[in-house]
Amino acid sequence: MSTLSIDHVSRWFGNVVAVNDVTMTIGPGVTGLLGPNGAGKSTLINMMGGFLAPSTGTVTLDGQPVWRNEQIYKQIGIVPEREAMYDFLTGREFVVANAELHGLGAKAAARALATVEMEYAQDRKISTYSKGMRQRVKMASALVHDPSLLLLDEPFNGMDPRQRMQLMDLLKRMGAEGRTVLFSSHILEEVEQLASHIEVIVAGRHAASGDFRRIRRLMTDRPHRYLVRSSDDRTLAAALIADPSTAGIEVDLAEGALRIQAVDFGRFTALLPKVAREHGIRLLTVSPSDESLESVFSYLVAA
Amino acid sequence: MYDPTVARLTYRGLLGRRRALVLGALPVLLIVISGVVRALTGADDQVAHDVLGGFALATMVPIIGVIAGTGAIGPEIDDGSVVYLLAKPVKRPTIIFTKLIVAIAVTMAFSALPTFVAGMILNGNGQQIAVAYTVAALVASIAYAALFLLLGTVSRHAVVFGLVYALVWEALFGSLVSGARTLSVQQWALAVAHKVSDSSLVTSDVKLPTATVLLVVVTVAATWYAGRKLRTLTLAGEE
Repeated sequence: MSTLSIDHVSRWFGNVVAVNDVTMTIGPGVTGLLGPNGAGKSTLINMMGGFLAPSTGTVTLDGQPVWRNEQIYKQIGIVPEREAMYDFLTGREFVVANAELHGLGAKAAARALATVEMEYAQDRKISTYSKGMRQRVKMASALVHDPSLLLLDEPFNGMDPRQRMQLMDLLKRMGAEGRTVLFSSHILEEVEQLASHIEVIVAGRHAASGDFRRIRRLMTDRPHRYLVRSSDDRTLAAALIADPSTAGIEVDLAEGALRIQAVDFGRFTALLPKVAREHGIRLLTVSPSDESLESVFSYLVAA
Repeated sequence: MYDPTVARLTYRGLLGRRRALVLGALPVLLIVISGVVRALTGADDQVAHDVLGGFALATMVPIIGVIAGTGAIGPEIDDGSVVYLLAKPVKRPTIIFTKLIVAIAVTMAFSALPTFVAGMILNGNGQQIAVAYTVAALVASIAYAALFLLLGTVSRHAVVFGLVYALVWEALFGSLVSGARTLSVQQWALAVAHKVSDSSLVTSDVKLPTATVLLVVVTVAATWYAGRKLRTLTLAGEE
């Protein structure tokens, strides 16, 4: 059982702040590090893995510093996002080399390859592998020494649904065995399916933390913006603003549409068609105008 | 200090890619030139000295050193695969020392061996010229491998910097500016070669004690510093 502690960690590159005063504790089980692209997830994972020094703050694993401490890798397994991995070797040679660097032998490598079900292609050159196969061999190399902490950077990127399911099952198993598993992703559904605990990072800041229900609720309860076109925009606006589920309406003359900010998502979605029917108004367009993940995340930061 | 797994990965990386072709091209060229020269001029000590000193030691050895030294670590850092070495409980100086041994062995194999063969073709080791230049190539291989391994660790443009050093500093400045010759791996190697072979044609502008001290200092300091840099290597570029 291992606990990874990130204590007031910041990291900047020149004038750019990539990670801003993040404090979190990652314990046994599967934790998802969720955030949009460029949020600082990889920078944070690199600091957790000891490949980048925090500008301020500390990263420790069970009290031991991670940075400049080679011996810590006896406990850590890392699955990097980058593809490059000694393509001139076969899968087996690659995993055996990783085992040897841990002072282990071919037996440990065979066990790791069996865990990721890659025995059937272990004698093929890595250069001939598909993305999913590479990912599994990377997993095998990270598992070869039976680590208590597993760090995975965007492990599902580019995987097909079947490979995704397999990897999810494997990670769930690792978490259930009491390992501390942390993976990053920018896809909420991916994180929801797998992680019992979620840490949200947005623009380098620690935006939210908790189980997926709490994160999902935060995301659903936020104000929603809609772009609505109808046969009578002003009448519709007057009727909607009378209801407390609507916080503001702008008549966008250039677009010929209404921009509506709803504060009660459930109530507003029931109200809109009802009001339209009562006033004999035809709804031509109803589209959420800020459903991008980035806007959801920005809301979480402000929350 | 020496890790056979790191060595195996380094050898295969160095000799398995296009690098092997480049590594092999210059020695083949040297031997072909030597054969042609021998056929045209016969066995001539001065000509042998010119070919081995001007092409083998001044051009081929440093270029092979650049390819082997930077190639032993540079590509792994560039593509990020070095993470698989770094995420292991292996001491960073052990990784660097092992890669140095591999780089030295490859540089020696692809430069000293062909130099000896070329020397034998040119004048059958008359006046010990073949042996002298082979010794010089062996000695230079060590210093070049250490220097260029350091360059490969600290810079993403190691090959360019390495070639500029090898061709501009060693070959051009070395022949024009006398001070530059004191700081030239080639001259240090020649000082050792002169002592070992006792050949009157093979001489150096640097005295043996100075050359020996500089060779040792450069090799040890470059290796130590590369180990230190690897310990704090930042794998940037992911975001």
